[in-house]
Amino acid sequence: MPRVSVWFVRAALVYLGAGFTVGTLLLANKGIGFAPALWRWLPVHLELLLVGWFVQLVMGVAYWIFPRFGMSPAARGREGLAWLALGLLNAGVWVVCAGALAGPPALATLGRVAELAAAGAMALNIWSRTRASGISPM
Amino acid sequence: MPPLTRWYIKLSLVYFVAALAASVWQAAGGPLWLTPIYIHLLVVGWITGMIFGVAYWMFPKFSKEQPRGADGLAVATFALLQAGLLLRIVAEPLQAGGLLVLSAVSQWLAGVGFIANTWPRVKER
Repeated sequence: MPRVSVWFVRAALVYLGAGFTVGTLLLANKGIGFAPALWRWLPVHLELLLVGWFVQLVMGVAYWIFPRFGMSPAARGREGLAWLALGLLNAGVWVVCAGALAGPPALATLGRVAELAAAGAMALNIWSRTRASGISPM
Repeated sequence: MPPLTRWYIKLSLVYFVAALAASVWQAAGGPLWLTPIYIHLLVVGWITGMIFGVAYWMFPKFSKEQPRGADGLAVATFALLQAGLLLRIVAEPLQAGGLLVLSAVSQWLAGVGFIANTWPRVKER
């Protein structure tokens, strides 16, 4: 697994833990009602799991397993784009969560823009690798 | 494909069909308690179950002796995730608070178990 995928997948696991923890508190609160203010964390639960966990895991695994250009150091295309996507996606998740909890609506928009840019960077990397295997002629 | 992965995938397919059946019921005017069940059948039962099962199978090996990490922990993770989801399906329509708490804790423990077993397998080759 390439280093950038290790970062993607480990970050995804961290968000899985955080998202499940928030979800556990929300569900327990639904069951026994110990802290009504917890419902403000519902958008954070969604963001952590949908973007931080699912989307990030898919991006990291795609970078790892999609067809490569032979065995050269540039076999997985422009690695810088993947690192950029990693940074933008994680910044986006944090900013969206901060916006959902405390910030003005513009903060959530800013976070979404960062996530959009991450998607663009990842698409640029993966697009040319979406083809027959780089090793075999098939 | 290891047996645990087969269990994950087959159950995730069952949840996938069940989730979309629930969505049909919801669209036809189903009860309010159906919404969280529908969503969690889809995102926990189908997507998360599929990910847990495929990651257990395909991620880099932990070691020659324990290629997929601690098998006992992986089985416990599987059981806790399924139990947590099934408890929620039972508890939501009954509004059974204690069962909802049990469901929450069970799913959280499954998440922790998956992270603990998967983290050391996420490594450079």
